[in-house]
Amino acid sequence: MLNSLQDLYHIIPLLIVSGGILVSIIVEMYSKDSEKILFALSILVFGAAGLFSLYSVNNVSILFNGMLATGGNVNVFSFIFNIGAFIVTLLSADYIRKYGTYYGEYYIILQSSVLGMMLMAGAKDLFIIFIGLELMSISFYVLAGLNRKRYNANEASLKYFLLGAFATGFIVYGIGLIYGTAQTTSIDILTVRFPQLTGNLLFLAGVLLFLVGFTFKIAAFPFHMWVPDVYQGSPTVVAGLFSTGGKAAAFSAILVTLAALFNGNVGSLFTPYLIFVSALSMIYGSIVAISQDDIKRMLAYSSISHAGYLAIGLAAGNSEGTAGIIFYLAAYSFMNLGAFGIVALIEGENETNLSIASYAGLAKRNPALAALLSIFMFSLSGIPPFAGFFGKYYVFFAAIKSGLTWLALIGILSSVISVYFYLRIVVLMYFKDQGEEVIPSKSAMGMVGVVLSAILVVLLGVFPGSIINLISSFL
Amino acid sequence: MIIEYIPIFVVLIVAIGFAVATVLSSGIFGPQRPNSEKLSTYESGMTPVGSTNERVSVKYYLVAMLFIIFDIEVIFVYPWAVQFQNLFGEIGISAFISMFIFLVVLELGYLYVYKKGGFKWD
Repeated sequence: MLNSLQDLYHIIPLLIVSGGILVSIIVEMYSKDSEKILFALSILVFGAAGLFSLYSVNNVSILFNGMLATGGNVNVFSFIFNIGAFIVTLLSADYIRKYGTYYGEYYIILQSSVLGMMLMAGAKDLFIIFIGLELMSISFYVLAGLNRKRYNANEASLKYFLLGAFATGFIVYGIGLIYGTAQTTSIDILTVRFPQLTGNLLFLAGVLLFLVGFTFKIAAFPFHMWVPDVYQGSPTVVAGLFSTGGKAAAFSAILVTLAALFNGNVGSLFTPYLIFVSALSMIYGSIVAISQDDIKRMLAYSSISHAGYLAIGLAAGNSEGTAGIIFYLAAYSFMNLGAFGIVALIEGENETNLSIASYAGLAKRNPALAALLSIFMFSLSGIPPFAGFFGKYYVFFAAIKSGLTWLALIGILSSVISVYFYLRIVVLMYFKDQGEEVIPSKSAMGMVGVVLSAILVVLLGVFPGSIINLISSFL
Repeated sequence: MIIEYIPIFVVLIVAIGFAVATVLSSGIFGPQRPNSEKLSTYESGMTPVGSTNERVSVKYYLVAMLFIIFDIEVIFVYPWAVQFQNLFGEIGISAFISMFIFLVVLELGYLYVYKKGGFKWD
């Protein structure tokens, strides 16, 4: 329902992306050379939406009869999604041609998935979360199997679709039980009614099912089995989007629901579940990643362990935890996209050069790429001057503050384990001679994307205080 | 109360009665000249017995998907059309604009399928 033009002003980032999708469809219909035009259009759309989200970050308001929130951390999330997709688009420019998918539709589906993420972050109603989730997930299933002639891509797409649909089933069942017991799907009304519902087993089962479904979507421990296969089979740049945008969107939905349900005190009843998920994801991801030879599988297990670090912030259940998660997600998105971007540049045709051994001696042949990949690996393992360190610092700090010191200790321990497999690549690049000649593909756009993510990783690492203050001021 | 549901029961009885009456009457009054083709199971034009592991043209799935889209369109538009007078009185012109935007998005998809040759059978 359109109440006034003022409402439209607040949802400009959403309007930019949805308008971009419609214009892209028209371009795709009438243009012979749609792929180039749609690339430029996606760059414009994501850039404009991301920058406008940051510009209008102070316009905090609730629109459409309490269905959608804008401003504040919603816009911070929107910035992460759009700039992330901006980088993915830059990386895709030459990659999707190398991968053999010269389709203009790629950019339309990319934009749809970002629209879904933005809806999830802004949701004030369980239905909006569900619509956003479906829009994002269905776009992801298609993106995973973009090249239908490849065996691995088909496997990834089918696995992702079947398991993802199953997880969505859990979420819908959870929403159903919540609606049945609380007689509302509005998150604000749920917050008000929550004190009377704490003893209602059906309601608690609903919230638990909702959480279980989202544990799948964030790729955390008991529901992580799909992650390595899907990341390995899908196009590398798209896997970068799954592991950053998809994870960030799922976390934004969990934060919106849990923070509102428990009135800022996220954990309480579900703290044991969140601790279980977080501790086991961290340990499992870090240990299994050591034995991986394929770099995409290694990054997939690293993504599982990062879901664990992020879940520490949920288990801590205080506002420091929430702010820490949002900062961590921003840092993680850019460093992981950068790492996936370099993997996409190194990757040859027909999924070659994906083993870790391909990186031996890269520093001699291409010092710039080696230096950039080192930045991302140091940041992912959490070594100080970069953003990854401060992300971990804030969630560990939140855990200690709410008395979960041992969980923070497990986090530190698994970070130490993870240093081994992240720095192994750095060691290979700088101190080993090349085994086989691996020539990274020449892609100016791809390099711009990787450099942009490196700049963001360094910036977030240099000015963490002002950014965390901005995030905390909206909580 | 229960008395309000009596029309539903009446409809139910009439429906069942009509179905039973037509089946019985065609069995009693109709000519009986069976052959093997007539006695075989009817299954929407397909051969009902045989291997189920056959390839089906992807065109059928396209038709099914397009059907779902327009089915949902009808589900949205029909209640809106019935309640339009009330809606217009309550929220004015935006009742029209909301549905207009929905239909524009939907028709754009329709045009896309048409341009991409989704309706060509061969």
